[in-house]
Amino acid sequence: MNPKLSFTKNFLDLLSSMRFAVSLLSVLGVASVIGTVLKQNEPYENYIVKFGQFWFALFEYLGLYDVYHSVWFLVILLFLVISTSLCIYRNTPAMLKEWRTFKDHATEKSLRAFSHQATFNLTADYAATKQNLLHFLNAKGFKYKIKAQEDGSELIAAKAGTHQRWGYIFTHVAMVVILFGGLLDGNLPFKVQEMLGYKRIETLDLPVSKVPAESRMSVSNPSFRGNMTLSEGATHNVAFLRVRDGYLVQELPFAVGLKDFRIEHYATGQPKSFESDLVIFDPELKEPITKTISVNHPLTYKGIAIYQSDFQDGGTGLKFNVWNLFSPSDKSRELTGAIFDEGALGEGDDLLRVEYNDFRKFNIINMSPDGKGKPHNVGPNVTYKLRDSRGQAIEYVTYMQPMQIDGKFYFLSGMRETVQEDFRYLRIPADEDLSINGFMGFRAVMLDQSKYQEIAKRIAKKSLGVSDNPEIKKQFELSLVRLLTIFAQGGYSEVAKVIEQSVPEKEREASATTYIKMVNIAAYEAYNMGLELSNKPLLKNKPETEALMRDSLNAFSDMFFYGAPYYLQLNQFEHKEASGLQLTKSPGQKWVYLGSVILVLGIFSMMYIRERRIWLYLKPSANEVHFAMASNRKNLDFEKEFSLYREQLAGIVS
Amino acid sequence: MNNTLNYQQKTLLQRLNWQDWLYALIVLAGSIFAFIKYAHYMDAYEVTFLFGAALLFSYLGWQWKSLGKLVIGVGVVSLASIALYQGDQTRATEVFFLKFLISSQSAIMWMNVLFVLAMVTYWFALYKRSAFSANVASALTWVAVLFGFVGLMVRWYESYLIGVDVGHIPVSNLYEVFVLFCLITALLYLHYEQKLNTKQLGGFVLLVINAAVGFILWYTFDREAHNIQPLVPALQSYWMKIHVPANFVGYGAFSLAAMVALAYLLSSKGVLTSRLPSLEVLDDLMYKSIAVGFAFFTIATILGAMWAAEAWGGYWSWDPKETWALIVWLNYAAWLHLRMVKGLRGPLLAWWSLIGLIITTFAFLGVNMFLSGLHSYGTL
Repeated sequence: MNPKLSFTKNFLDLLSSMRFAVSLLSVLGVASVIGTVLKQNEPYENYIVKFGQFWFALFEYLGLYDVYHSVWFLVILLFLVISTSLCIYRNTPAMLKEWRTFKDHATEKSLRAFSHQATFNLTADYAATKQNLLHFLNAKGFKYKIKAQEDGSELIAAKAGTHQRWGYIFTHVAMVVILFGGLLDGNLPFKVQEMLGYKRIETLDLPVSKVPAESRMSVSNPSFRGNMTLSEGATHNVAFLRVRDGYLVQELPFAVGLKDFRIEHYATGQPKSFESDLVIFDPELKEPITKTISVNHPLTYKGIAIYQSDFQDGGTGLKFNVWNLFSPSDKSRELTGAIFDEGALGEGDDLLRVEYNDFRKFNIINMSPDGKGKPHNVGPNVTYKLRDSRGQAIEYVTYMQPMQIDGKFYFLSGMRETVQEDFRYLRIPADEDLSINGFMGFRAVMLDQSKYQEIAKRIAKKSLGVSDNPEIKKQFELSLVRLLTIFAQGGYSEVAKVIEQSVPEKEREASATTYIKMVNIAAYEAYNMGLELSNKPLLKNKPETEALMRDSLNAFSDMFFYGAPYYLQLNQFEHKEASGLQLTKSPGQKWVYLGSVILVLGIFSMMYIRERRIWLYLKPSANEVHFAMASNRKNLDFEKEFSLYREQLAGIVS
Repeated sequence: MNNTLNYQQKTLLQRLNWQDWLYALIVLAGSIFAFIKYAHYMDAYEVTFLFGAALLFSYLGWQWKSLGKLVIGVGVVSLASIALYQGDQTRATEVFFLKFLISSQSAIMWMNVLFVLAMVTYWFALYKRSAFSANVASALTWVAVLFGFVGLMVRWYESYLIGVDVGHIPVSNLYEVFVLFCLITALLYLHYEQKLNTKQLGGFVLLVINAAVGFILWYTFDREAHNIQPLVPALQSYWMKIHVPANFVGYGAFSLAAMVALAYLLSSKGVLTSRLPSLEVLDDLMYKSIAVGFAFFTIATILGAMWAAEAWGGYWSWDPKETWALIVWLNYAAWLHLRMVKGLRGPLLAWWSLIGLIITTFAFLGVNMFLSGLHSYGTL
């Protein structure tokens, strides 16, 4: 034989072999695991941070960030298609033959070699017995064929359940059909165009009109899955396809407008429904189509299905009170902006750009300390970045309303320098009116050196033993002013620094305790002075006040780690939402569904139709009936059936 | 002599007696009642499911008489419980019979207790070779299943008492599907117990059920997961009513197969050999339950894909849950290839199906614990 031919044949044999098929299934399984363990399609910076530059590059080369669209994964799938197709090609003729044939070429000798067989003595009348046997086969659902033998004997060859063979064909054809459908919906056309250099992904954040033609997919793109973010009132005619760390612009044969986006909530605060009122504009339409879509209820137009996928802010208008945290003023000034817009604070070298990133009207958070309580809505928050002249930015998230924590109310504002970090929160205690003004007045007094003398005087007046002695009084006032000056420069940590520098180690703890006590007493006076300035009722002497002082001092100290001198207190907003839509064109879907139906039919016929064959060899010359039975799958049911039939047939024959 | 007619196998309809027809009539009447009362809450698909379920349960009840009795029992007890509620949710903790027996929460607790008792009794019966104890164990399992289904039925009703917009079929989160898992696994087992006339495997199968019971208890007491939560928008679909139960027939059957495999492996090593059914029987049962599981798992995955196409904008998104469903499917596809095409038998396949349980468990639970994705309703 031609060795080359035999190699090809061997190779094809291997491809269509069971071993290869099972190995492929296993390899596919293992490959699929990778994509579930490694989070797919994240922004590439996240991967760099997680794995470091070396591993990042290697993993990128291997396509691990989008395993299921990588070339090697597609090659595995391709092999599965080839292997299954070959399997079908090789085995179908045999299967069809098995399905059709009665196997009436069996000889008496070959039947006697069967593992399941019996011989009965024929005592009754031959013709009647034959009739009864045929009746029997009929009753059991067997089809039969009678073949006369040369010696006057007759062979009845019967079969039942040979449709099972179709199960094999169906399941395997189904796999090919499903994978074909899947392939249609893969981004193969783009991949080929990209390899040939016709297309490339865009990685820069450009306005749609600036995106070059080589990163645009035309209306004729047969299959895609893209996203569109529509603000209320806006209309778009393109979608974005995310590819690796960039995107493509998908042009649409129509434009989509958003009239209104709504979120409904359950009584408990969880979201109940997301709905978008869409308008489809198409020159081919006499009137635009208007339709409301929601999750699980998409709209399909021109073969493109439009889904409600998520939502985000659409440019909510914002009004803030801005406090300069390190100025001894208790007045704030106004700042207005909108999400996705920018603003500015300060001037010269201290200029900070404000980037308004996100606004959320509802925030369902579980605030109970043990996490067991019910989550509830804590009201709106706004996320923004403050970027300095060198381009360094700190991200902030600030809640509009005070939040209840352990029975007390705080204004929360979190900050972080990188996306990987969690937010660290500044907790500003709310005053009696649940406003931030109490703290801001206190803060102004604490930062105002001109007020320290007054604070010291007030404390000295109340303290026995201090007020009587002018010398001690002076000493006391001096040290208090010094302490407050230090505290105003950096809160507790500044005080700690000073203690470390000037107090011997043994006495540090004692003096720290003293200082904390003094600061607390001073805080009480400062808070009251702040209240006096704004004509508010003074603090009452109750346990809550003590806690308020503690929290105010903590907030004051934490202020120095807040990263910016501005606190943006959200005052008013004009909510504007944007709906996140997903647009899908999926020509492979009907193939996949067709394949699925075939698959189910195949599985059921393969597993629940049992193929059995019976041969009855009637030999009048020896007054014998020989019975043999076979199945392509021998199991307990078959054994039981054989025993039953043997017994029943014995009854008929004798 | 013409006795061939004795061999004529009667068709299902010919085999039915008046009790079977009465049963079907009751089931149908129940569906019609539900339709008249609640049709305005249902869409066309759900109406189809309602009458589809009536047909399905009639058929199942005809094929397996004990199941028919269970259906009637669950119906009667659930209706009794609902009657006691009188449309007031707070009565669940006030009325004696509700508080201690058949409010949804109590019924599920009884299910838990009875499954534990049943397991102990099955093992005792196996050890003592006591047919009587085995019968008791079997009865306990049946009652546990009854209570479990009553629990779910009443929970369904209770969810509507919280709010009409909150109400939904109780297969929407991990707590609810764990109960469903216990029930389906137990029913699959009970079916084979009757068919094969062997009660020796109960202890094994109840091991996996009681592992789930342990989870339910932890989930209830540590996380208060038994509280009924409203549905997130993605889950508000008729697909849930068929996708989830089909999936759990798959999970249940695979778990059953794994426990039979455990018995097989022990028996083949000489442990409990004299007490357990023969290896051939075990092998055959393992195959049958994997076949059932595979068929249902395939259907469930296809239904899931169709749902995903409607909710997420694509029939396949390589979401971790989808991917792991595929892995489970590939695993059992390979198993079936080896057995059906290669004719392989023996310990290798038993080991494989036992390890298959680990893969299945990861797909069922591990994905929710360790991976995040679109299927995030079942997070721990």
